[in-house]
Amino acid sequence: MDFLTLIQVLDSTLRLATPLLLVCLAGLFSERAGIFDIGLEGKILAAAFLSASLAFVTGSVWIGLLAGIGASVAMSAIHGLASITLRGDQIISGVAINFLAAGLTVVVSQAWFGQGGRTPPLKSGGRFEPINFPGAVPSKEMADAGPIMQIYSELLSGHSLLVYVALLTVPLSWFILYKTRFGLRLRAVGENPAAVDTAGISVVGMRYAAVIICGVLCGIAGAYISTALQANFTKDMSAGRGFIALAALIFAKWRPWYALGACLLFGFFFAVDNRFQNILLPAWSLSAALFIMTVGLVGYVWRKDLLDKFVLGGLAFGLALIAFMIVASVWDVGTSTQIKIPVVFIQSLPYILTVVVLAGFVGKAIPPRSGGVPYVKEK
Amino acid sequence: MDVMPKWADVVLVPIVSLVLAAFLSALLILAIGESPSEALKLMVEGTLMRSAGWGYMLYYTTNFIFTGLAVSVAFHAALFNIGGEGQAMIGGLGVALVCLFIPWPHWSLAIIGASFGAAIFGMIWAGLPAYLQAKRGSHIVITTIMFNFIAAGVLNFFLVGALKPKGSMDPATANFPTSTHLPTFEDMAQILGIEKMFRSAPANVSFFIALLACVAVWYLIWRTPLGYEIRALGKSGPAARYAGVGSVKIIMIAMMISGALCGMMAINTTQGESERLILNFTEGAGFIGIAVALMGRSHPLGVLLAALLFGFLYQGGAELALWTKIPREMIIVIQALVILFTGALTLMVRAPLERLFLAVWKG
Repeated sequence: MDFLTLIQVLDSTLRLATPLLLVCLAGLFSERAGIFDIGLEGKILAAAFLSASLAFVTGSVWIGLLAGIGASVAMSAIHGLASITLRGDQIISGVAINFLAAGLTVVVSQAWFGQGGRTPPLKSGGRFEPINFPGAVPSKEMADAGPIMQIYSELLSGHSLLVYVALLTVPLSWFILYKTRFGLRLRAVGENPAAVDTAGISVVGMRYAAVIICGVLCGIAGAYISTALQANFTKDMSAGRGFIALAALIFAKWRPWYALGACLLFGFFFAVDNRFQNILLPAWSLSAALFIMTVGLVGYVWRKDLLDKFVLGGLAFGLALIAFMIVASVWDVGTSTQIKIPVVFIQSLPYILTVVVLAGFVGKAIPPRSGGVPYVKEK
Repeated sequence: MDVMPKWADVVLVPIVSLVLAAFLSALLILAIGESPSEALKLMVEGTLMRSAGWGYMLYYTTNFIFTGLAVSVAFHAALFNIGGEGQAMIGGLGVALVCLFIPWPHWSLAIIGASFGAAIFGMIWAGLPAYLQAKRGSHIVITTIMFNFIAAGVLNFFLVGALKPKGSMDPATANFPTSTHLPTFEDMAQILGIEKMFRSAPANVSFFIALLACVAVWYLIWRTPLGYEIRALGKSGPAARYAGVGSVKIIMIAMMISGALCGMMAINTTQGESERLILNFTEGAGFIGIAVALMGRSHPLGVLLAALLFGFLYQGGAELALWTKIPREMIIVIQALVILFTGALTLMVRAPLERLFLAVWKG
């Protein structure tokens, strides 16, 4: 793999990580204030639909962006009403929002455009165009440029505005959450709302503020997907990004800078998956990696109780079995034969990593203490 | 403060929620320029007025009974199993392995074997998140969501790889042998001497297994010590622990039962209908289980009724998509509204209802 290929993969990483990052930070604000939100997916979808529709009708991407934010904030308002004012179940409300968006977007787009749940393609004014930095070489001449120039022109330049917005949102979120009074209160509301209430600050107000911020960020992410990454809305185009962002949020342990890292990592998986159809590794190295994991697991459960032994031992057995099967399948032709890593494995990696982190084997992720619990003011 | 009698709470709240959801859906249908009354008429005619419509409806209902019961059992232990979709997919894998690699002499034996296969595979897939919740404190909602995606990956891996017959382009297994094919309602009607009933509708004998599962879950939850322990843990974890109920054990068992029920959905779709394992055979039924369980108040009888309702909506929705401009996704909107009103906005539905009820009750 040459240097330019690497830069191109990183470039596409940035592109694909952008919506994850915005949604991850959206979830961060909401969950830090104690409102679990598994309706992120629905919010992006609603925003993607409305921004693509209005950008098409008006021909202005900015009106599209505003409409997307509006759609997402409306969904947030429902979530807020259900989980803050009416003290309902936040998880169920999130599930409902996901379905609401999945259904409404198709029904409405069918009624408006009659194209089987998609919106017509956007023309130039209706989409976010790439911003080329001064002096950046066009992609045709990229191969002849020097490495610094390649990084400048391919990786840094040529993204749509929202990519840079998303990157700037990270320090901004960090600043708001950790350096302002608002941020302190917001985090406190997620940890111990009663204490915040005692200090005379409205828990309800803080939580609504967090939920609305979440809606705005999801709205930008949705608009990015349908007006920058793609040029129209298609059915279910959010494609699980809301859940991956949720995974990234846990992976990042509810911290803004970690969120950047997690989203870039997950974006990298997608970029690799898009770019390379086949990832080949020598059979022995695969087996060895699996075998090391097996030994690690067995070592871990050695002194644990029966249930641990059963579950993790079973997992270890499964891994060892796969390792054995890999070796057995190439035994005749030599163990350095290249084995193809299944595409689905790379696609599933974000979810697997999240489960591993959640399980607390690699750095325990501890959610905000009052997350998911409605606050009932004492009378 | 006075409260509503329990029957009113159990019966009226879901009904009022349903009416609200129906009202909003009617507004949406009006807004997109169709007639709600025409739509309802089409749905009723296409579903309830002909036997094939019933056959489709009961086919969907079978799926929803399994997933609805699964979510209910987890709800009783205060666990939210949002991973029904993944457990059903892996259950389908179990059904496929049992049907393809064991030479069954007769379908009646095959369905027993397939049920076990589906249940065990679903159980394993629910068991891992349960273990992580019970022993490591990982939030079960998040882990089961992740396991849905991983399950889709696993299913995909097998269907484009090891289980796909050579030379086939479809991501699907080979057709199951004829001896495993389940009798459909059409076949059963013919045995009873009735011709031209349920013509080519997919409903099959697994509907009766679903009904048996309803009875079994009712017995388990309300008539056995284990069911008592599950409910005790669900009502109050600390109190249950004080009474000597091991939370690790109950979380594991409740989730594994839940996973087994979700997995068993696959006997209906995979062995009963497609007669081979295909991608996306779950069609979101795992998620509809959430709506069904909420609507049915986690009681098997309620789940049965709610599953019938959703079966009607799904078949009716297909009719709408066929004859009008209303796409099938309309049903997802209705489903979302039902979940919203019965699960998240309960206070909004319940409080005014209670006031009204008490005012009327006292005269």
